[in-house]
Amino acid sequence: MTPAIIYALTGLGLFVLGLYALIMRAHLLRKILGFNVMGSGVFLVLAGLGQRTPMGGPDPVPQAMVITGIVVAVAATALALSLMLRVVAATGRARLPDPHHD
Amino acid sequence: MEPSALVRELFAWAHADAAGLMASVLALPVLVPLLGALFAFVMRRWAAAIGLVTLLALLATVLLLIPWLLGAGAQGLAVGGWGAPLGVDLYADGLSLAMLLMTAVVGLGISLYAHSYFRADPIREQAFWPLWLLLLTALNALFLSRDLFNLYVTLEILGLSAVALTALAGGAKALVGAMRYLLVSLLGSLAYLLGIALLYHAYATVDLALLAARIDAAPATWAALALMSAGLILKTALFPLHFWLPPAHASAAAPVSAALSALVIKGSYYLLVRIWLELVQVQSDGVATFLGLLGAGAVLWGSIQALVQTRLKLLIAYSTVAQIGYLFLAFPLAAGTGGLAWSGALYLALSHALAKAAMFLAAGNLLRFGGHDRIADLDRVVQRLPLSMAAFALAGVSIIGLPPSGGFIGKWLLLEAALSTGRWGWGIVIMLGGVLAATYVFKVVGFAFTQAEHPHQAQRVPATMEWVAFALAVAAVLLGFLVAQPLMLLEIGDPFAAHVGGMGP
Amino acid sequence: MSLEAWIPLLVLCSSLLPGLMIFGLDESRVRLRTTLNLGGALTKLALVGVMFWGVSQGIEYEVRISFLPGLDLALRAGPLALLFLVLSSLLWLVTTIYAIGYLEGSPHRSRFFGFFSLCVTATVGVAMAADLLTFLLFYELLTLATYPLVVHRGTEVARRAGQVYLAYTIGGGALMLFGIVWLYTLTGTLEFTPLGFVSELDPTTHPALILIFIFLITGLGVKAALVPLHVWLPMAMVAPAPVSALLHAVAVVKAGAFGIVRVVYEVFGVEFSAGLGVTLPLAVLASITILYGSLRALFQDDLKRRLAFSTVSQVSYIVLGVAIASPIATVGGLVHLIHQGLMKITLFFCAGNLAETLGVHKVSEMNGAGQRMPWTMVAFTVGAFGMIGAPPVAGFITKWYLGLGALDAGQHWVLLVLATSSLLNAAYFLPILHAAWFREPPAQWPAERSLGRGETSRALLWPPIITAVAALLAGLLASLPFSPLEWARFIAEREFRPL
Repeated sequence: MTPAIIYALTGLGLFVLGLYALIMRAHLLRKILGFNVMGSGVFLVLAGLGQRTPMGGPDPVPQAMVITGIVVAVAATALALSLMLRVVAATGRARLPDPHHD
Repeated sequence: MEPSALVRELFAWAHADAAGLMASVLALPVLVPLLGALFAFVMRRWAAAIGLVTLLALLATVLLLIPWLLGAGAQGLAVGGWGAPLGVDLYADGLSLAMLLMTAVVGLGISLYAHSYFRADPIREQAFWPLWLLLLTALNALFLSRDLFNLYVTLEILGLSAVALTALAGGAKALVGAMRYLLVSLLGSLAYLLGIALLYHAYATVDLALLAARIDAAPATWAALALMSAGLILKTALFPLHFWLPPAHASAAAPVSAALSALVIKGSYYLLVRIWLELVQVQSDGVATFLGLLGAGAVLWGSIQALVQTRLKLLIAYSTVAQIGYLFLAFPLAAGTGGLAWSGALYLALSHALAKAAMFLAAGNLLRFGGHDRIADLDRVVQRLPLSMAAFALAGVSIIGLPPSGGFIGKWLLLEAALSTGRWGWGIVIMLGGVLAATYVFKVVGFAFTQAEHPHQAQRVPATMEWVAFALAVAAVLLGFLVAQPLMLLEIGDPFAAHVGGMGP
Repeated sequence: MSLEAWIPLLVLCSSLLPGLMIFGLDESRVRLRTTLNLGGALTKLALVGVMFWGVSQGIEYEVRISFLPGLDLALRAGPLALLFLVLSSLLWLVTTIYAIGYLEGSPHRSRFFGFFSLCVTATVGVAMAADLLTFLLFYELLTLATYPLVVHRGTEVARRAGQVYLAYTIGGGALMLFGIVWLYTLTGTLEFTPLGFVSELDPTTHPALILIFIFLITGLGVKAALVPLHVWLPMAMVAPAPVSALLHAVAVVKAGAFGIVRVVYEVFGVEFSAGLGVTLPLAVLASITILYGSLRALFQDDLKRRLAFSTVSQVSYIVLGVAIASPIATVGGLVHLIHQGLMKITLFFCAGNLAETLGVHKVSEMNGAGQRMPWTMVAFTVGAFGMIGAPPVAGFITKWYLGLGALDAGQHWVLLVLATSSLLNAAYFLPILHAAWFREPPAQWPAERSLGRGETSRALLWPPIITAVAALLAGLLASLPFSPLEWARFIAEREFRPL
């Protein structure tokens, strides 16, 4: 098993773990953290599976993608956190009500 | 000589020298709203004016593209001269152009409406314009990109700005709706991104054209495509992953609801269609049928849900769920009928954009007028707010698919695709959806004639808001008369042809 | 475009444009609105008159606009179209006059007359449609334009009636669309052609054609109120009287019946349909509708509901004439398109007069109405005798030709249907006439109003008298050239293979 595969499998594991938290956890902060764990998993897959160029150096493209992805994820997290605070202020709870009981 | 032919000739002559200059025009639909967003953010007091000017400029640019592409066919632009696979390529064919035009026209309508809608509320107004222009930037970039990673970025900007706009309405419902929307949107994007990671590992490129040439039917490819499709389906709110849409779309401010339902979901749908056409199309009957079945489920379930709603905006939101279903019927129907089914679906997408924007804007007028959107208490609005009700009803005609309207043409083409190949089941779904749509549209129209038990204080509705809704609805109906031109537009660059590459057997 | 192409468009515009303008008018602009209404109606009548003359000289008026790839929207005024056109443009004028009188002083008149004009636009479109797609377009427009008229009063009952009306018509429209697209995938054309355009198809498609026939007839049968698709019609009686008159005598039910004529003669071809074996079931269905409608009419005390069930019954004479598949019966069916229109609109006008002037809505309240409102009741009597089929009123001609046609085609059971139906017609109309003419009027009418110097206002009185006289003349002068009967013969000769 090459290191690349190990990285990729770990990334997938993180993705699934984060997905579980995002869907199953009720607290919004945990959901947001779950999203971040998922994101890290995807970035690990991207970087881990990044192919080597013929000269032996690492391929810059996946790394560029990861950096862009991180920027996006940070922005999304910021939005999510501020929105969470607004939700708490409006409803008094940091969880989403069941849509069928509005 | 036809006027359009004349214009084409003129452009053919004019751009013979300036081909390079013309090509960079492709970047304008992205640049114009981006600059607008930046200016609107910095010069807050002028945000509304900047927004309106931006939209006019955007419409002008898109209109400029039409004769050029009609004459010269599909066009590409390597931004900054880098070219694929390293640089960012823009590409416009008929499909992208139709989407750009839809965005510009509906966007202009929504902007005019928003200008009146937010007038009394400067704080919201100043927040609205930069976000809205950013949303348009993302959408236009999405329609012009050919690079899967680049598309991911546009999807994220689109999602984040849409969420922020949803939250703009304030209040618990809108905030909770926006929060759920955000989580769903992020989940969808990550699934999509994971798919990209797998594809890049296998083929060392994320450029759609290059991928189409290299791709083969390996298990990893299927996994990647499945992940990407799942993410996009979630973002498009296809049944049964539609749960997040109604609360978000129904609780947002009227112009935002219109933008979300009319434009934003079309972004992820467009991307799905592109990926399908370029990478998957051949040899995937099972998947196509599966998508079609989900679409059929959406048509029926969404319509029934719309029917039982007591709130107008929720009804319209569920109607969107149902209409999204129609768009997915094209996947199975395209087999054997190719362009016919896709033209039908895209025609539906275009007319739905106009009609649904009109509906949400009309609902916004009714909400402003009566202070509520309980359907049973509409209280003779047909007499008191005739223009808005006419907008709602005309938009309804297109949503139902009655002739003459854009919706009718779309359904006709889909139905023809279904019946000419003997696939009755899909045809029956198309018809049933229309009948159900008629039932929920006319449920609203019926209550607009009756008197409410508890009359309420009426508020004045600015004339602009009424006329914009009406104009969009009329445009949706007119799309049923001018059929040849939009269909010709869609044909540029032959986007629906089965590509030579792709996952052939 | 040539003059021949402009006239059909102008006929459409002569009601469309006034209608759209009226929507924008303020409620108080009575004079301008009346001018627009009457101007449009008169213009349309004049244009139809020009086309009538032209068609009788062998000119065909046609205009087409390209629509979908391979499909045009086309209007064409041939003899069959003219039959319906003359009827609708004539009755539009009369009904407009009546409606102006009827709605005087009531609210929302701009909305009413706007949709009223759209209805007529849709009706003349249905008449002139040169192919199934164009036909469908106007047919659905008719649904949409009549809905606001049904719910015009804005009551809960009206709203419910509107919902039922839509449920039936939209459902029927959907079936039609399905059938039309299916037909198109088989034939590649939808153009109405005398003797039909499907007979050349491969025999393996015949089961599909039978299904398509059923879809189309079901879709049209909703508007033509074929049992069991008639439920909406009595419910729609909540609408104001001019709407009932227009809906029931001209626009909606006739559009359905006319569509059936088109489908049987110019899509399938009557001989081909007979060969498919679809005409006999249609004839049976029409007969059931005729008898059922008459039977139900017998037990209605509400005058308008009784007339509505009578309509259910009478419109099916047209369908029956078509389905017997004999040239003579065709003449009877086609001529009834006109005759039933004239007679039924008279009856509805009279019912409206009774309701407006005396507050009489029920048959049981009509005692002595003839003494209070003699002219109205004379007109009513002419209409009623026509419905029963008594000579010399126009209804007699219809039944005569239907009977002859049935004998010609060897369908003797039809005579029994006609006889029974006439007896039932007599049974539900004669008691009304007896009560109105020979019973003593009550001391006080339910809600009497004084409208003008005569028995009621002139705008209400003249329309029924005019239509009643027309119904009489159509019967008396049936053998003159250009009478409805002669015109129907002219059409029937085209629709059957020369013998």
